[in-house]
Amino acid sequence: MRAMTRELLDKQLHELFEGLLSMGGMVEKAIERAIQALVKRDTRLAQDVIDEDAAIDKFRWKLEEECLRLLATQQPMATDLRTVGAVLSILADVERMGDHAEGIARIVLRIADQPPLKPLIDIPRMARKCQEDLHLVLQSFINHDVEQARRICAEDDEVDALYKQVFSELLVIMMGDPRTVDRATYLIWVAHNLERIHDRITNVGERVVFMVTGRLEELNV
Amino acid sequence: MLDIRGLAKLAQERSPGQSDEKKGRGKGITVESLNAWYGSLHAIRDINMNVLPNQITAVIGPSGCGKSTFIRCLNRMHEVIPRARATGRVLLDKTDIYSPETDAVEIRRRIGMVFQKPNPFPTMSIFDNVAAGLRLNGVRGRGRLQDVVERSLRRAALWEEVKDKLKESGVALSGGQQQRLCIARALAVEPEVLLMDEPASALDPVATLKIEDLMRELRDEYTIVIVTHNMQQAARVSDFTGFFLSGEDRSGELIEFGATGELFTRPKDKRTEDYITGRFG
Repeated sequence: MRAMTRELLDKQLHELFEGLLSMGGMVEKAIERAIQALVKRDTRLAQDVIDEDAAIDKFRWKLEEECLRLLATQQPMATDLRTVGAVLSILADVERMGDHAEGIARIVLRIADQPPLKPLIDIPRMARKCQEDLHLVLQSFINHDVEQARRICAEDDEVDALYKQVFSELLVIMMGDPRTVDRATYLIWVAHNLERIHDRITNVGERVVFMVTGRLEELNV
Repeated sequence: MLDIRGLAKLAQERSPGQSDEKKGRGKGITVESLNAWYGSLHAIRDINMNVLPNQITAVIGPSGCGKSTFIRCLNRMHEVIPRARATGRVLLDKTDIYSPETDAVEIRRRIGMVFQKPNPFPTMSIFDNVAAGLRLNGVRGRGRLQDVVERSLRRAALWEEVKDKLKESGVALSGGQQQRLCIARALAVEPEVLLMDEPASALDPVATLKIEDLMRELRDEYTIVIVTHNMQQAARVSDFTGFFLSGEDRSGELIEFGATGELFTRPKDKRTEDYITGRFG
């Protein structure tokens, strides 16, 4: 009887993990498509990203509800308890990453009718790093891989450095020609959104460490 | 060995409402190398534990792990079973309860016990149930008895429900009320420690929560040790938890002991983790 209860809990946890991975996949796609829309000045694609964010939000609530139901019905302890606690926190972070992707798509709608300021290099690079690391950090969650989680958190500095680079580059352009201020500011916002996404990825990494070790550590301040 | 000062500090952090000045009568119990047998069956092996004063200590573990045997050793109730014996030291504050000079009856007064099934004396009224222990201890005088009975029933959170029917039979009460009556009976003789062996397992959820609320109130005045197989209950009410498990030879051992919040969120021993996450059996 006990073993069956345990099996049910394992099944519920497994479903939760699958849900979290799907949600992560949706957000990865949103980041990719938001940047694609920016590069191609594709307002239809940008609008799609905005529309699909509602689905991500809805999915998050569904998974959160499953966590709460699991807490209420299974009253998990120890690793199980930390796992559900970690999922609750990760859901919020991943959903917020989706919001940042949506934010980028909204910027695309505002600047699509203006000529490009410069070829985009570092911003797509930042976006790729975010996509990859989001994928890796969720993988480290599923595999309980603390080392991988720590590594991703350590790489947050790389994204911060890229952000600073974008920022100073755009600053130089703005100083050279005040007419570019509007477009450059929007691009800084885009980069800022990406930088924040990677911060959230770091949060997820911290939760992975917490889930496995039981200790909350700030991994990249 | 466990670092008792570290534990005491932890416990204090957990209960900021309880300052040093407001110490209750509760005394600590130190258990050293405690072993107990039923005939040839070695029921518990080499138990070392510090039960801190005015804290609730829960003992959890699967059936047959020796947790009931353990608390019955704490007030010399184990030895009343034929062929049962115990070795090791159990200190109530500074009194060695197994020393030949120590009076077992006096120990059982200082360390009261409440059992799984409420067991009020069936032929006695509510009043007489609570007064029974006092009369045994030679307390006489209606006025004095009345005072203690009322105070004990109030402490057991039962007074308001029974004050108008003190002459009625104790068994006419509901299960939860009967259990609180037994707690009042145990409190009447002014114990320092209260042992509770599955005190709520025969009660419905509402009566259970009442007992748990009561335990938290009593903690200010008494030291409480509770045996429970309900982990959620241990997690809810206790400050410290000990996990017992029997090994290959069926002897129960203390696998892990620590602050309850720690033990249920990040247990140190794999066996504790497996038990509390339901991976056993």
